[in-house]
Amino acid sequence: MNTSDPRDELVEHLPALRAFALSLTRNGATADDMVQDTVVKAWTNIEKFEVGTNMRAWLFTILRNTYYSSRRKVKREVADVDGVFTEGMSEKPAHDGRLQMRDFRRAFDQLPDEQRETLILVGASGFSYEEAADMCGVAVGTIKSRANRGRQRLAELMHLDDDEAIEMTDQATMAVIGKNRATAF
Amino acid sequence: MGKEQPNARTLQQIDDNLRRVFREKVEEELPDRFKDLLAQLKQQDDSSGTDDPK
Repeated sequence: MNTSDPRDELVEHLPALRAFALSLTRNGATADDMVQDTVVKAWTNIEKFEVGTNMRAWLFTILRNTYYSSRRKVKREVADVDGVFTEGMSEKPAHDGRLQMRDFRRAFDQLPDEQRETLILVGASGFSYEEAADMCGVAVGTIKSRANRGRQRLAELMHLDDDEAIEMTDQATMAVIGKNRATAF
Repeated sequence: MGKEQPNARTLQQIDDNLRRVFREKVEEELPDRFKDLLAQLKQQDDSSGTDDPK
């Protein structure tokens, strides 16, 4: 029966697969090429898909393998990253206590591949740490540490700790002022 | 000493934003090339015969 062909399910996962590709490559044209490669690989190797398991995880795994093997090929060639580094990077984020999405996207795009990938899998797509570890071929602890480092880096890039930093600066300034005053006497 | 982990509220905000950024990408319209590709793959299979795989 046609209805039992797992290939019919492919189309449902394409939007998420493309979103994952965009997050990894940060370039629309490259992302679409990778999705295309992934779809062809999945279609022609469908017998390797275990029916009843998570097809999205399977497709994401194919896509990330495609990405990392092509990244190895082009090695240090500087990627043409859409939108990154094009706008004023040093622009100060708004100090209204809310995360500005534009700043957030920019900060996210600056993360190393492994951290970006991990945060998309466990932070945004709802995969468990175990599933993500399986998909990336690393230990669960590695996924946890990548996720922690990624979140920590985002917090820094977003200047979320500015309030604390300002407090510290003030204290340091006060200490210096205090010291200067003392020596002035 | 290591760096402090961001507090729970910050982590929550980060994950909310991650989901939002990802959802925006998922909701983008799928380029036609993928529907065309699937149709093409299907057609190839049909024309090569279902009962007689090479």
